[in-house]
Amino acid sequence: MSYSVEIKQLDLSFGAVKVLRNLDLNINEGEFLVLLGSSGCGKSTLLNCIAGLLEVTDGQIFIKGKNVTWAEPSERGIGMVFQSYALYPQMTVKGNLSFGLKNARLPKDEIEARVARAAEILQIGPLLDRKPGALSGGQRQRVAIGRALVRDVDVFLFDEPLSNLDAKLRVDLRVELKRLHNQLKNTMIYVTHDQVEAMTLADRIAVMKGGAIMQLGSPDEIYNKPRNLYVADFIGSPSMNFLEGHLEAGVFKVDDMAMPMTGYEFAAPQTADRPAVIGIRPEHIVTGELVRNAPLQYHVDVDLVEPMGSDTLVYAKLGDHLFRIRMDGQATVKAGQTIEIGIDPSRASLFDKATEDRL
Amino acid sequence: MSVVEQTGGQRAAKARKPMRLFRNPMAKIASIPMILTAMVVFVGGTLWTVVHSFTDSRLLPRLNWVGLDQYERLWDTPRWLISISNLALYGVCSLVLTLTIGFVLAALLDRKIRFESAFRTIFLYPFALSFVVTGIAWQWILNPDFGLQSLVQGWGWESFAFDPLNDPDTVMFGLLIAGIWQGSGLIMCIMLAGLRGIDEDIWKAARVDGIGTVKTYIRIIIPMMRPVFITALVLIASGIIKLYDLVVAQTNGGPGISSEVPAKYVIEYMFRAQNLGQGFAASTMMLVSVIIILIPWAYLEFGGKKNG
Amino acid sequence: MADLTMTGPRGPKPKKRFSRANIFLYGTLIVVSMYYLLPLYVMVVTSLKGMPEIRMGNVFGPPLEITFEPWVKAWSEACTGVNCDGLSRGFWNSVQILIPSVVLSIAIASVNGYALSNWKFKGSEVFFTILILGAFIPYQTMIYPIVILLREIGLMGDLGGLVLVHTIFGMPILTLLFRNYFASVPEELFKAARVDGAGFWRIYFQIMLPMALPIFVVAIILQVTGIWNDFLFGVIYTKPATYPMTVQLNNIVNSVQGIKEYNVNMAATLLTGLVPLVIYFASGKLFVRGIAAGAVKG
Repeated sequence: MSYSVEIKQLDLSFGAVKVLRNLDLNINEGEFLVLLGSSGCGKSTLLNCIAGLLEVTDGQIFIKGKNVTWAEPSERGIGMVFQSYALYPQMTVKGNLSFGLKNARLPKDEIEARVARAAEILQIGPLLDRKPGALSGGQRQRVAIGRALVRDVDVFLFDEPLSNLDAKLRVDLRVELKRLHNQLKNTMIYVTHDQVEAMTLADRIAVMKGGAIMQLGSPDEIYNKPRNLYVADFIGSPSMNFLEGHLEAGVFKVDDMAMPMTGYEFAAPQTADRPAVIGIRPEHIVTGELVRNAPLQYHVDVDLVEPMGSDTLVYAKLGDHLFRIRMDGQATVKAGQTIEIGIDPSRASLFDKATEDRL
Repeated sequence: MSVVEQTGGQRAAKARKPMRLFRNPMAKIASIPMILTAMVVFVGGTLWTVVHSFTDSRLLPRLNWVGLDQYERLWDTPRWLISISNLALYGVCSLVLTLTIGFVLAALLDRKIRFESAFRTIFLYPFALSFVVTGIAWQWILNPDFGLQSLVQGWGWESFAFDPLNDPDTVMFGLLIAGIWQGSGLIMCIMLAGLRGIDEDIWKAARVDGIGTVKTYIRIIIPMMRPVFITALVLIASGIIKLYDLVVAQTNGGPGISSEVPAKYVIEYMFRAQNLGQGFAASTMMLVSVIIILIPWAYLEFGGKKNG
Repeated sequence: MADLTMTGPRGPKPKKRFSRANIFLYGTLIVVSMYYLLPLYVMVVTSLKGMPEIRMGNVFGPPLEITFEPWVKAWSEACTGVNCDGLSRGFWNSVQILIPSVVLSIAIASVNGYALSNWKFKGSEVFFTILILGAFIPYQTMIYPIVILLREIGLMGDLGGLVLVHTIFGMPILTLLFRNYFASVPEELFKAARVDGAGFWRIYFQIMLPMALPIFVVAIILQVTGIWNDFLFGVIYTKPATYPMTVQLNNIVNSVQGIKEYNVNMAATLLTGLVPLVIYFASGKLFVRGIAAGAVKG
């Protein structure tokens, strides 16, 4: 099986600062891979290394089986879409699309044909003679993608292309991007710090931190089975509730509560008791009628209520611990009330307190 | 199979890693004029002059070492001493007056007045003119027989005397009037930009606190404009050391040698007196004085940033 | 109780156009404006008077009888030493110095600035720092080595030599100007062009240059006034036949022999100042931007 992009033991340092550490990553043909992480995690750096815009310190990069570690960006078979779209302001849309082809010294009629084909796919035919300044955000994105499309590249690289836009446009363009990927079926590598974008677009997500990949997996795996505390905390909004306690013979104990982890799939057979952290997503805590069916049931005191329209975020105290609970938008709880909640341990996540890895 | 291929690929990759020196060669080729200018002219030329200041070069440069002889002779020459004290006097006055005038004019223009751009155009136009033009124009205005002095005398005040260019004691002030006329517009512009950069809320806050306009300027605005003042200071100071054309055009160092300046001393010893060694020693002293001014500034500007 | 005498209507003050503060403000500005305008005025009126009128009256009076004779004389007849063909020779020399100097210095500095902001290489920042520090070194310490340099390459006393000198000494400030400008161009644009396969020169000519036109205008203003107004380099690196206008003006006005013709002198002075003045009044805000850019870091 051949990969579209292979990254082997990649290292990158700026002086004494290590930005990427011994990073391995294989990306499948036609895959939509999202590099997700907070700023400074090295995700954009990695993308720039793949593009050839940054020189690596050590390691190799293969694209379509060809070693491109030291190749020029234009020789790698990649196209790139930038955060600002980086359309050449003084050229028309047509000029933007054909600039790369002219640099490659393609014959004129070939350039015309390719531009026309890209314009048709992206439906920007009527815009070809306009300057980028006269385009809307969505049109600019399409031109930016078109610039990669005309060059017939294997891999599309996206560097946070939606983060400069307002919320509504961002959703529209996200949908359009997904549709485009379904249509073109190119390999796409997409950098973002927005987990919603990552969850909705990705075939697989690579969560990065400190120049290394914390977890690589499908959005479902990342969300439901975070491999360590960092990923668990980073993914999900509002973020996961954590309780520090002790795991003894398959029972998680915190203060005077005992939670038997019935139905929880341990990553490895448990041998020793140890200090542990349990993580429960606010949306996995049930209330009202559903409590009856939950394996674990508790009473909590409501501390604060934040109605958000579609749902309601309730801050409640379980013993000494403040919990976030996501309830239906029509919920009518009030601060000071005591309510019943239900928890299903099979949907929770357990982490070793020392290593922070999933148990 | 694939393992073998990949190791082969890796070896090829190692072999293809380009040499550091030959990466983006065009940028390096394009930078050659800059590198030559920096290294040959600025560094090389300056070192050359400093080295030759320790020789007895006269008509032609030669490496016949005489130690500090040229410097001893320099500091024994009345003309050099006068040049230095002239420059000090001109420098201090020019610095204080230019900063004051520049700031006051900028503050006046910043009072939301009408015709602001007309006034600004008037204050700045002398800066577009050369020192030669400036010097000649003021030489004419200060001409005792036809200029200001004769005008006031013509009004009936027969004993009025204002003839700075022919009086050794006041000739530097004659130059100062012209120098400030030429250069204060630039400082005004910089100050005005600095004033415009101050948050309008500061003014509102001061008004709410009941602080008067003048007091607000002195207590709040000027301290906030410290970087602008430093820029202006460096600008004026580097201009003062270069002072040459104005003197040549307006007084040519006269009367006698009473308005000589160091830059003129250097040029005359190098190209007229055919005493290169003296010229080199004098220009090295100019360099030293620039370094003395520059180091505290660089320390304030860049050393302070690192700490903060 | 001085207030009593000034009792007026109470309540919010009507906006007074002639308040005391305003009179003081505009009064000061007008008086100061006169100081700045005086030399220009005096030069103009003097240059339009005949010599007899100058000897009689004061320099500030308007001409009773306007004559353009001094201007003609200054342009084509005024003497410097043995040459009596006026300032025109200096003017054309200056033009011949100006055009190649401006073109060459801006061409080199803009490429420098582009390389420094987009194609950094090992040592590029060091060279740049030296270049900028060089702007603070007094010219006097570099003047003689350059004389030797120009002699070696056979350009001493030649207009070409002076062009080279202007290119060298214009480099620090112009490089800084262009470097700062290109650094403000989004880096992504440069990256996009590299992904599109464009190299050093293609990115410079097709992407950067078209975007940098305003800064080129600023640089041109800076260089035209700076080079036109130069005196020091002109005096040292040229010979009488190739003197630029400023040097020739000084020689005409400050020559000791002959009777002083003040009207001709003033006409000559105005002629010399005309080019930068026209640039100044025509460019308006850009001139201010130019000198402000030049002033940013010295």
